[in-house]
Amino acid sequence: MTGFGEELAALPMEELLRVATEAAPDTVERALAREPLDLFDFAALLSPEAGRRLEDLAQRAHALTVQRFGKTVQLYAPLYVSNECVETCTYCAFSRTNPIARKTLTPEQAVAEARLLRARGFRHLLIVSGEHPRHVSPEYLGTILRALAAETPSLSVEVQPQTEEIYREWTAAGAEGLVVYQETYDRDTYARVHLAGKKKDFDWRLATPDRGAAGGMKRLGIGALFGLSDWRQEALRLAAHARYLVRRYWRCFVTVSFPRLRPAEYADTLARHPLADADLARLVCAFRLLLPDVGVVLSTREPAQLRDGLVRLGVTQMSAGSRTEPGGYSAPEVPTGRQFEVSDERTAGEVARTIRELGFDPVWKDWEAALRG
Amino acid sequence: MTDLLRIADREFRSRLLLGTGKFPSLPVMRDALDASGTEIVTVTLRRIDLDSPEPNLLEFVDRDRYLLLPNTSGAEDADDAVRLARLARAAGLSDWVKLEVTPDPRWLLPDPVETLAAAERLVKEGFTVLPYIGADPVLAKRLQEVGCATVMPLGAPIGSNRGLKTRDSIAIILEQAEVPVVVDAGLGAPSHAAEAMEMGADCVLVNTAISVARDPVEMARAFRLGVEAGRAAWRAGRAPERAVGEGAEASSPLTGFLRGTA
Repeated sequence: MTGFGEELAALPMEELLRVATEAAPDTVERALAREPLDLFDFAALLSPEAGRRLEDLAQRAHALTVQRFGKTVQLYAPLYVSNECVETCTYCAFSRTNPIARKTLTPEQAVAEARLLRARGFRHLLIVSGEHPRHVSPEYLGTILRALAAETPSLSVEVQPQTEEIYREWTAAGAEGLVVYQETYDRDTYARVHLAGKKKDFDWRLATPDRGAAGGMKRLGIGALFGLSDWRQEALRLAAHARYLVRRYWRCFVTVSFPRLRPAEYADTLARHPLADADLARLVCAFRLLLPDVGVVLSTREPAQLRDGLVRLGVTQMSAGSRTEPGGYSAPEVPTGRQFEVSDERTAGEVARTIRELGFDPVWKDWEAALRG
Repeated sequence: MTDLLRIADREFRSRLLLGTGKFPSLPVMRDALDASGTEIVTVTLRRIDLDSPEPNLLEFVDRDRYLLLPNTSGAEDADDAVRLARLARAAGLSDWVKLEVTPDPRWLLPDPVETLAAAERLVKEGFTVLPYIGADPVLAKRLQEVGCATVMPLGAPIGSNRGLKTRDSIAIILEQAEVPVVVDAGLGAPSHAAEAMEMGADCVLVNTAISVARDPVEMARAFRLGVEAGRAAWRAGRAPERAVGEGAEASSPLTGFLRGTA
C-alpha cells in the first residue's frame, strides 16, 4: 500500500482550492448537511461563503462533538525535558544558533516535574524536547520514559522523529502517544523555514506517524503551524493526512492541532499568512464535520477567552498551566529558554473550573498504560 | 471524465459484477451478461464439468470480453478454499479469486475466521483475492491489511433479495476503506443497487435477482441502469434531506465569543 506522500502528491489541489475559495451558497449548504463529508465538502466549509455560515457550522460541530465525545475535555500538560536543538527553524526559539539558556533535565529532574504536575491533577503528560541527537538521544528519552511511566498513567512524546525500531523501544518503555507536526505541508515554505539539520527532510517527517503506528503507538497527533503558509491549503492537506491516518491506522486514536505562530525569543514569528480567530474557530468545526471521531487539541498558545469559546465547538483536549522551558514547573524563576510565549496563563485549576462552568467535565485521566500489560 | 473502477492492476468501465448461477439456460445467461454491460463474471468452479458432453458454461462466457472470477463456493473452511483457488488457477481460469467460505448451508453466511485465514494464504501465493464477508468493518480492515484487492460485504443473506439490510455497517466499511468495496449478496432490485452506489460503494455484484427474474435479460439491463444512476448520483453529490416533524431546536449562539477577539 502507498504512503501519505503519494496521496499528498495526488490530491487535486487546484480543484479543492477553487471550491475552498469560490464555493457558492448551495455548495456550502450541501456540505453542512452531508454525512459523511468528503474532502470537497470540507473545502466548501473553508470558503468565504462558509465564513458567513459560521454559527450554523458551529451548531453542527457542537452537536457532533457532544454526540461522539460527550461534554468532556481531556486535560494534559507538556513536560519539556530539553531545549537543546540542532535544527534551524526560523520560527522557533530553540533553533540551534539562538543564544538562549540551554538545559536538559536529568531523569530525576523530569520525575520532579512530573510529580508537581501530578499534584496539580495531571495524569496525561506530553514529553517535549528540542531535536538533539546527543543531548536528547533515543536512549536518554527511553530512560526518561521508564522513569516517568512508573508513576504516570499516560505518556506521549513530541520529540525528534525516529525510526520504527526506536518507537518500538519507546512504547515498551511506556510511551503510547506520538505527536509530530509537519509544521507546513507546503514544500516550498517548508524549505524556506527549515534551513539546516535533519528536519529539512520533508518526507522523513511526513512518514513519522506511519513509523510510530508500526512501532506500537496508540495515539497519533498531527498538526500544522498556521501563519507560515496559506491557511486553506494547509488545512486541506492536514485534513487529507488525518483522514489517511484514520483509515490506515484504524486501531489508533488520531488527533489534530492548529497551532498559530506565537512570539518566541530570537525567532521570526511574523505570520505571513495570518489565520484569524474566526477562521481558527471554523477549522475546529470543519475538522469535526469531516472527521467526527478525531480529537482536536488546543494549547495555551491561544488566549483564555478564545480557548473557552472553542471548547463548545469541537476541542477535545487542552493543555493548561503550561511552561515551555525545561524545568519550568519546579523552578519558574530560573532563566531557561522557552519555546514560545504562552498566552493563556491561567493555572490548571482555573482552567478546569472554567470548563466546568461551561457545562463540560474536565477529564484528568481516561487511561492507564498499565492496563494494557 | 472517465470514471474507471480500479481493482488491483486492472481497470473496468462497468461497476456491475454478475454471477452465472441459477439462469434458466446458458443462452439466457449469455444474453443477460451482454445486457448488463458487466466486465467481471463470477463462475463456480464446482459446477464446471469439463468432461460432460453437454455444453459447458465457459463456452457461453466470452473471455476476451469478460474477466472470469472463479469463486470458492462450496468451501467450508480455509483449506477447502485454498484448494479450490489452486484448482482454478491450475485449470487456467484465473489467479483472481472470489473467496467464499460458507460452512452454513442454509443462509450461506461467510465464516470470518476461516475467510481471513484463507485470504492470508492466498495473497501469499500470489492470488488477487476478493473476499465475500459479512458487513463487519473490523474484518474488512483486517482483510485489507493482509492484502486483499477488495472487500465484498453482504447487503443481506445471499439470494434473499432483501436489499441493504446492513446499510449502517456498510457505511462504516466505505468510510474506512482503502480498497474498492463491492456490495455483494442480497441486492434484489435495481433500486437496491442504486442505493448502494449512492452511498459510495465502488461496485455491486448481483446474481439471483437477475437470473430468477421473469425476464433475466431485461432485468440485467435494469440493474445496469440502476448501478449507473447510483454512481452518477454519488459523483454529483446528492442534495441534503430536510427533517420532517422535528421542530427546530432553539439553541443559544456558539460563536458570540468571537466578537471582541481579533
